[in-house]
Amino acid sequence: MSLSEQQVKEIAYLARLSIDDGEVEQTTAELNNILGLMADLAKIDTQGVSPMAHPLNMSQRLREDEVSETDQSEAFQKIAPQTGQSHFLVPTVIE
Amino acid sequence: MEWETVIGLEIHSQLKTKSKIFSGASTAFGAVPNSQACAVDLGLPGVLPVLNKEAVVMAIRFGLAVGAKVNKRSIFDRKNYFYPDLPKGYQISQFELPVVGEGEIEITTEDGKAKIVGITRAHLEEDAGKSIHDLYDDYTAIDLNRAGTPLLEIVSDPDMSSAKEAVAYAKKIHALVQYIGICDGNMQEGSFRCDANVSIRKKGAEKLGTRAELKNINSFKFLEKAINLEVERQQDILEEGGSVVQETRLYDSVKNETRSMRSKEEANDYRYFPDPDLLPVEVDDELLEQIRSNLPELPTEKKQRFVSEFGLSDYDAEVLTSQKAVADYFEAMLDAGADSKLSANWVMGELSAVLNKNQTDIENCPVSAQAFAELVMRIEDDTISGKIAKDVFKAMWQGESSADEIIDSKGLKQMTDSGAIEGIIDEIIANNAPQVEQYKDGNTKLLGFFVGQVMKATQGKANPKQVNQLLNEKLS
Amino acid sequence: MMHKLTVAELSKGLKNKEFSSVELTEHFLSRINQSDLNAFITVTDDLALDQARAADEKIANGNAGILTGIPYAHKDIFCTTGVKTSAGSKILDPFISPYDATVSHKLNSADMVMLGKANMDELAMGSSNEKSYYGPVKNPWNKNKVPGGSSGGSAAAVAGRLSPFATGTDTGGSIRQPASLCGITGIKPTYGRVSRYGMIAYASSLDQAGPLTQTAEDAALVMNVMAGFDDKDSTSVDRAVPDYTKNLGNSIEGLKIGLPKEFFSEGLDSGVAETIMAAVKEFEAMGASVQEISLPNSAHAIPTYYIVAPCECSSNLSRLDGVRYGYRCEDPKDLEDLYLRSRSEGFGAEVKRRIMIGAYALSAGYYDAYYLKAQKVRHLISEDFKKAFQDVDVIMGPVSPTTAFDLGSFTDSVSMYLADIYTLSLNLAGLPGMSIPAGFSNNMPVGLQLIGNYWSEELLLNAAHQFQAQTDWHAQMPEGV
Ligand SMILES: [Mg+2]
Ligand SMILES: [Zn+2]
Repeated sequence: MSLSEQQVKEIAYLARLSIDDGEVEQTTAELNNILGLMADLAKIDTQGVSPMAHPLNMSQRLREDEVSETDQSEAFQKIAPQTGQSHFLVPTVIE
Repeated sequence: MEWETVIGLEIHSQLKTKSKIFSGASTAFGAVPNSQACAVDLGLPGVLPVLNKEAVVMAIRFGLAVGAKVNKRSIFDRKNYFYPDLPKGYQISQFELPVVGEGEIEITTEDGKAKIVGITRAHLEEDAGKSIHDLYDDYTAIDLNRAGTPLLEIVSDPDMSSAKEAVAYAKKIHALVQYIGICDGNMQEGSFRCDANVSIRKKGAEKLGTRAELKNINSFKFLEKAINLEVERQQDILEEGGSVVQETRLYDSVKNETRSMRSKEEANDYRYFPDPDLLPVEVDDELLEQIRSNLPELPTEKKQRFVSEFGLSDYDAEVLTSQKAVADYFEAMLDAGADSKLSANWVMGELSAVLNKNQTDIENCPVSAQAFAELVMRIEDDTISGKIAKDVFKAMWQGESSADEIIDSKGLKQMTDSGAIEGIIDEIIANNAPQVEQYKDGNTKLLGFFVGQVMKATQGKANPKQVNQLLNEKLS
Repeated sequence: MMHKLTVAELSKGLKNKEFSSVELTEHFLSRINQSDLNAFITVTDDLALDQARAADEKIANGNAGILTGIPYAHKDIFCTTGVKTSAGSKILDPFISPYDATVSHKLNSADMVMLGKANMDELAMGSSNEKSYYGPVKNPWNKNKVPGGSSGGSAAAVAGRLSPFATGTDTGGSIRQPASLCGITGIKPTYGRVSRYGMIAYASSLDQAGPLTQTAEDAALVMNVMAGFDDKDSTSVDRAVPDYTKNLGNSIEGLKIGLPKEFFSEGLDSGVAETIMAAVKEFEAMGASVQEISLPNSAHAIPTYYIVAPCECSSNLSRLDGVRYGYRCEDPKDLEDLYLRSRSEGFGAEVKRRIMIGAYALSAGYYDAYYLKAQKVRHLISEDFKKAFQDVDVIMGPVSPTTAFDLGSFTDSVSMYLADIYTLSLNLAGLPGMSIPAGFSNNMPVGLQLIGNYWSEELLLNAAHQFQAQTDWHAQMPEGV
């Protein structure tokens, strides 16, 4: 499997990364070079092997339903790029 | 061409936990913007989610209530997309292995028939924050207080075939989640939100048509309107030889129209994968049994009991059990000694009318079940007539005092002395000679006139049954 | 001379009032200020001196713990309240953390002194520390060479004696490889042993924090503080933490060592191979037995890792969107522009490549062939270890196929990835591993890798300590230190 330039543009957008037309060719080559490493995977026999999403065979710990957090919005908004009236601000989103 | 409508609903029900699904921040509604968004809710670098047990318990309660398979092992996945009110750039949800599997629920259709609607699944996920578009001209303002509130997304099978059926199903789920105490059901505050998947097909066709997903519906009334609009739109398209596009459509209740959100959907590829910060959720038999034993009586069980124990009609039992608070109120009246059928009539009649008129619900009713029972008992023992009872109820609603006190202080006690009533009747007959003549000529409708005169003269306190009987005797 | 002492020695010196924590801290701060290794992104002078003064007070009052007053370098991947936490990335250059990572909190609670935040490959992606927004770190043994990565600043700081120890994180070798290339000791604990809360995530199912030190004894001392259950981390394991120093002195006679034949095949530099075999001989001389084993699927570790890690990071890094914190581009014309430019200007090339590989491997139509397949192979890799540990106690081999390479010598990602061949598989399995100084090849340090079964940190530290009692490779220092 190898990526086309069009696919690379789509993936970049999916990941919200901009990619100049001038960069597409090189990026595509680099990504295909990396994907070349993965070619062997398809040849490995994994019939009947379950996927391992996590190194430890454990189950999720459950938290008691208690409010443990206090209002720290001031500290959190101090580090935000733009705020107003206790909100985080972004350019207008049209729905 | 005859068309057939196919509807499936996705209901997002906010769970009534104190804290968020993956953090210890409060879920209370209406706080100062962002004051309830902690480091985890904000998706600060390095923070990690820890699952709230109560959210899992509530999901299982729902699963048991709809007879669903509760999955002993479920997985949290990440649904990846960018949106400013989605702090991490992904929503933690359940995709392949939800906590609740297939179940079903019975609804009553328009023609009064019972119908089973399948529930495909119900899964846990976190809510997003809110984008506020009207605070600034040039900015969208983000409030993340809601981010991380637990949601149970309840997905139905495409089993509904009309807007009315969809509403009946939604109402049923709405009542159920409140019944089992997992959701406050407040649609205005967004605690209970419906998305509808709507498609149409030629009558008898096997294959489903292409569906549109309707979003942003925040009342049952709008649910019905939006579906009907969409069905019409799809019919128009198909009848003109066009084809329906699979898309998300936003319902605009002000313009009463739906519009495409296709631009937003463009290139959406959610890239679901198991969240590596969370482990598989295992539900053991002990927990399952504990939840099962704490489950309250469910609406269907309650309805059956109301029929068998109180001799109510199917219809009355259905209405009285459709909301837990109503059923509880009704039962409290019976506990206080009121008659079941009379109580049913009064709860479904006068009480519900007054609640409606005052735009409030039974939980906020100023007249307690016990006080209301007292009133009903006075009708039952002929102390007052039904008509007078309505006035007494009005006074009670205003908080004047108890039924007995009002009856006493206002002298509303029914006249049962037949001698006194006879005297009044004689007087009325004497004063209305022309009407008496007409009546005797066969215009029996005039009986009502005489009854009215008697009631007027007694300020409604005469026993209507007695008045009828005496009038019949005197006029014949 | 204070800078040449180990943590254990410094602890004694402080206790015996040979020097104060303030003196120690000033000494290290001045060494850092004179250093040209670029090992630090931020030097926290004032904070360090405050902490040192507080530590001295505790020492004076007799309330000191073993690590009270000991300075350290903190990898810039750990959140530290009020201090820039950039993870080596421009996108987090403006990020002053409003909270402490659990590891930061634990080190603070042990009265340790943070000298500053150590340089690292951007967002922990790299094996050379050339990918930092703050510039490359130099190897103290030869300043034309890389220190390894991603904990390159941490390793260089310890090797250059700018700090007695440093924290690191290891997702695919990022503690062990720089430790190896800089001639120091580093341990990556079992997954779940050290809390990940507040550690900026690269690949959540692989990331694990640990110390970089001069000696195994020091690593044990620091592990005593870093390790332990954290209810803020769902993947943290609720399991008692042993005193890692307790059994360091045990004999390793009878220790069964396995040498995976796959770790000694083509691609391994002969000088490195010889050094490793000499170290293994040393273990034999101490009474250990050696046998050849096989980890047949370890060859697949590179493609497996370079799918799993990018998939997880593509999602983990989505939160860096310029909305709530971190870098935002100038004058975004709309939301799309804000996202696209903040992220493109904020991330370096290697990070973008991994994000794109991950987004692709998770996307519709490719998930099964890439992500799911990799997770299955991951299972096979982990099963290999399970089998191997039925026969042996410790697996040994090289950490890296070569010694430290020249700065700028790798121009493409793939050849850099290939150098991770010996370190990736144990992250995929979640196993603990160490790198300890084992000698030199071409005048550059060579690290010996020790891999243990789950929760065998004690055993690894014991074996390493015994080796260090017999050898002095760990005591070697770069010229001019
Ligand atoms: Mg949905
Ligand atoms: Zn949902």
